[in-house]
Amino acid sequence: MALPNVLETPPSGFNFENVFRNVALEGLLEGGRTKAPKPMKTGTTIAGVVCKDGVVLGADTRATSSEVVADKMCAKIHYIAPNIYCCGAGTAADTEKTTDLLSSNLTIFSMDSGRNPRVVMAANILQDMLFRYRGQIGAHLILGGVDCTGSHLYTVGPYGDIDKVTYLAMGSGDLAALGILEDRFKPNMELEEAKELVRDAIHSGIMSDLGSGNNIDICPTRSQSLKTRGKYTSIILVQHLF
Amino acid sequence: MERHYMDSKIKGVSTGTTILAVTFNGGVIIGSDSRASMGGNYVCSKTINKLIQVHDRIFCCIAGSLADAQAVTKTAKFQISLHSIQMESPPLVKAAASVMKELCYNNKEELQAGFITAGWDKKKGPQVYTVALGGMLLSLPFTIGGSGSTYIYGYTDAKYKPDMSREECLQFATNALALAMGRDNVSGGVAHLVVITEGGVEHVVIPGDKLPKFHDE
Repeated sequence: MALPNVLETPPSGFNFENVFRNVALEGLLEGGRTKAPKPMKTGTTIAGVVCKDGVVLGADTRATSSEVVADKMCAKIHYIAPNIYCCGAGTAADTEKTTDLLSSNLTIFSMDSGRNPRVVMAANILQDMLFRYRGQIGAHLILGGVDCTGSHLYTVGPYGDIDKVTYLAMGSGDLAALGILEDRFKPNMELEEAKELVRDAIHSGIMSDLGSGNNIDICPTRSQSLKTRGKYTSIILVQHLF
Repeated sequence: MERHYMDSKIKGVSTGTTILAVTFNGGVIIGSDSRASMGGNYVCSKTINKLIQVHDRIFCCIAGSLADAQAVTKTAKFQISLHSIQMESPPLVKAAASVMKELCYNNKEELQAGFITAGWDKKKGPQVYTVALGGMLLSLPFTIGGSGSTYIYGYTDAKYKPDMSREECLQFATNALALAMGRDNVSGGVAHLVVITEGGVEHVVIPGDKLPKFHDE
């Protein structure tokens, strides 16, 4: 089912046609000999913090398939726009595809309207899409970025609920990471302090959660010219933990 | 994250909540707590906004599944704006409440969200409407909703007086929220209150530690 272009308004009202499809599919699988394939999850720790000049996002790099580590160097921080990045937890395929679709649609929008996309627009598009699928898309997302209205951090749940926050952790290691964030978060931190805080939060998630591990990716997003942003946008901190 | 919401009837984040709206002489006060929970034992957010502005003088408070409520209020906001542009005048509170009711009733199988719509319009002044889970629409002088409301039915029935002053009404709403938050585990955080009058809209936020304390606290 193709996602409509962001500039076309979908038909009005709620669209629940996939509910019937899902019920039918479940009926087929339960009765028959086939078992539904187990999706690869990113049992994960992701975190985000709003600091003075921007937003810092962090993630671990382990992707699990039940008890096996399927990918040791999985990239969970997805590019949405030059000024907007998104961390994803939950089902790996769902977070990948959702963020890819969002990124493509926002690029088309930028070209057509001549404006940089705003973080709130990305959050709204995600909300509309995820709500339409009634939680069947297992994408728990942290959306952060800087635009002309300031730095913003949003959480988007798989059922389509959003909340605008100043610090956040998600994934299976969220409770451990949240402990660090709740203790040390202060509004208007300097970038370096914020990066350290996010790194420590992810580290604590990795230590306390079996589904998180390997390395830590940190991604600070700042409001700077495109040239220097390219240099600072993606910093990979490699820490050998075993 | 799945372990959090396995046994709750509402899938995902829910606003097990306390919401209320009360009319007074010249306006209406709409209020809520600020807690969002998942599965009855994890607080996802201590600062969630449950008072959504759907038009200049009309607010909605939400209860139930957060995703469903946000989707309905977004659609309602769009439809009310369009209606207001077509009529070339501010919408009536009743119109806004009816929009919510249509959405809730026509999609009652799939949605799990309840609303209180309150506001001021030129025709009838301050009004409060409640839209229940299945799409029932009622107009009342005051109403309470959400899981925490069960603990304050007695208090609100006993203490409500028609035609209160703004200060009396604020005190009434604050006390009611504080009592509900004290007894309901899925309500808490800060108390958000919005005072809507002909002149404008005023937000009052009361942090948890500044709420009135009663004899056992």
